[in-house]
Amino acid sequence: MSKRRIILGLITAITGLAAVGIVAANPVAHSEVHSQAWSFNGFFGSFDQAQLKRGHVIYKDVCSGCHSMHLLAYRDLQDIGYTEDEVKAFAAEVQVQDGPDDTGEMFDRPGKPSDSFKSPFPNEQAARAGNNGALPPDLSLIAKARAGAGFLGYDGADYIHSLMTGYVDPPPADVTIPEGMHYNTAFKGHQIAMPPPLSDSEEATLDQQAQDIAVFLTWAAEGNLEERHRTGIKAILFLVIFTLLAYATKRKVWANVH
Amino acid sequence: MAAPVFKNPVIRWIDHRLPIFSYLHHEAYEYPTPKNLNYWWNFGSLAGFMLVVMIVTGLILAMQYTPHVDYAFNSVERIMRDVNWGWLLRYLHMNGASMFFVVVYIHIFRGLYFGSYKAPRELLWQLGVLIYLLMMATAFMGYVLPWGQMSFWGATVITNLFSAIPVIGDSIVTMLWGGFSVDNPTLNRLFVLHFLLPFVILAVVVVHIMALHRFGSNNPLGIDTKGPQDTIPFHPYYTVKDMFGLGIFMMFYAFWVFWAPNALGDPVNYELANPLSTPEHIVPEWYYLPFYAILRSIPDKLTGVLAMGASIIVLFFLPWLDRSPVRAGTYRPIFKWFFWMLVFDCVILMFCGKYPPESYWMPFAGEIVDATTFTERVAELQGIPHDQALNAVGEMWGVNAAGGSFGIKIVRLGQLGTLYYFAYFLIVLPLLSIFETPRQVPLSISKPVLGGGKATAHATAKSMEKA
Repeated sequence: MSKRRIILGLITAITGLAAVGIVAANPVAHSEVHSQAWSFNGFFGSFDQAQLKRGHVIYKDVCSGCHSMHLLAYRDLQDIGYTEDEVKAFAAEVQVQDGPDDTGEMFDRPGKPSDSFKSPFPNEQAARAGNNGALPPDLSLIAKARAGAGFLGYDGADYIHSLMTGYVDPPPADVTIPEGMHYNTAFKGHQIAMPPPLSDSEEATLDQQAQDIAVFLTWAAEGNLEERHRTGIKAILFLVIFTLLAYATKRKVWANVH
Repeated sequence: MAAPVFKNPVIRWIDHRLPIFSYLHHEAYEYPTPKNLNYWWNFGSLAGFMLVVMIVTGLILAMQYTPHVDYAFNSVERIMRDVNWGWLLRYLHMNGASMFFVVVYIHIFRGLYFGSYKAPRELLWQLGVLIYLLMMATAFMGYVLPWGQMSFWGATVITNLFSAIPVIGDSIVTMLWGGFSVDNPTLNRLFVLHFLLPFVILAVVVVHIMALHRFGSNNPLGIDTKGPQDTIPFHPYYTVKDMFGLGIFMMFYAFWVFWAPNALGDPVNYELANPLSTPEHIVPEWYYLPFYAILRSIPDKLTGVLAMGASIIVLFFLPWLDRSPVRAGTYRPIFKWFFWMLVFDCVILMFCGKYPPESYWMPFAGEIVDATTFTERVAELQGIPHDQALNAVGEMWGVNAAGGSFGIKIVRLGQLGTLYYFAYFLIVLPLLSIFETPRQVPLSISKPVLGGGKATAHATAKSMEKA
């Protein structure tokens, strides 16, 4: 390769990288979201099942009081290591409206694994009424619907973790927070209606719990992540062999072209 | 070229009545191709590959998707969660759009650098621009289908552009919407058109290839092929070279699909469309960003829309704007610089399209800050009161160079970028055609190549010295 071609190649590569950087970067950041080292990142990244279970307990005991997660069904919990019976037991904890029956009446029955997670409120108005006018967002996709930190900035888990650990009480001296609101460094505008949901406990630190729920919500948004990585590895292995063979063939076919 | 003799009697029987095999043999097998094409020439076939990928994955996705405002979002999530390999299909399609544009942009810039738009390939070029326009329309409509927040608000912003047209603008928008706001009828028609347009693209691609095969590919030297000594048959030489390129490209594609499938998209689109809540920043997908920047550079709505349209329309006239007889930029010492500045300019415009126009870019601080923060910084650095700084920022055209800090308003940068974009086509190229002295172009493809690769650079260098 001549010098000129190398320089041209470099210019192109730099331009391309700059373009990728622009494309993938976050818009103007107002809030403090910090990048974390997640086990599910990287070429072989996967979830830690124990952590997912811990995160599920947090969701069940804390978040689900206000936040729905309607895209998930109880049967999905088998993916994080619960047995069929355990999943049945989880589902049976809630009463689900079904019907109409043969007489045309709606009736309540215990939940089944095929039911989707029961929402804490029947509708948006009820959710707002129960939360000081604020609407707790559905959490099914929250890990994908929030920007994270880091180079490509697509790990919403970063945001969830930063939000859980971002409460400052009392707020900085120059900030006034209205009654019923809370100061949070990760939230846009720093003023959030949600009271601090987690705190240090005997079993786990706040940071640990924040990580656990962030990982659980990532799984909820992207349950096929592990399968995706495994498929990707196979695809790349295939492509490496394919490309090497194609290159060797190309060299041979072109050998006598001058 | 004589018609081939097929050994298989069935093929011979068919070919005698319908010479489809002879045609394929002629156009895809023995088709004479310049023997000096470099790897930049791989991107045409890669674009064709991406079109097929998009049509196949799109077709299967359409079998599972429901084009209704109440069900669209959840039907996409159903594909992701419950349909076998649905996540793979959707990520291939979603990232495939980006890959398609990556490939097509490289293909276009290759044409711009090596003068592939010049006689006798003007129509070939214009058909390409038409394909690009259709792609932009198709991609926009596809982005609306998941019915997320950015789908809805993107659709609102883009369809509203038509309201800038005097007198009939509002009626056109009502017709596009099928009502008085972006709603279910809009989603239905965008879905139908998103399904239809790829096949229109396919048809134009066929015509694009017909036009290509009339005179054959341009080549890195930008000179005509002089005879059989300059060409090689398309198969196996370029089929195998394209296979190798395809392998490399697919690894790049696979990286996004399997490890960063959502990195190129906006997180906000994972929230259900809500007509009552506007997202903080409405930003289009990356491949529209330069045009979005041009649109926003001009405060007047109609002029902005016209400028955005003109930025593509100007490409149709390119063959007559650049009248230099030399095709390849390699032999045009001044053109080269302007060309690379255009590439850089498009990256700058992309950057401007991404960020709010009222914000300030501070390149040395590596930050983009909003107007208030920027004014505060100026006040702090210059030790002047806040309101004075506010004036200073305005007067300084958004630039502050005090105390080693430097900031430029995104919209100003976008205006400079827009200016260069149009200047390149409307001023630089026509003037260069008159004033530039090109280097001496090789006489033929095979001549400088005699004696192998090393001699090429040498021979070119020598002819340069003489010129």
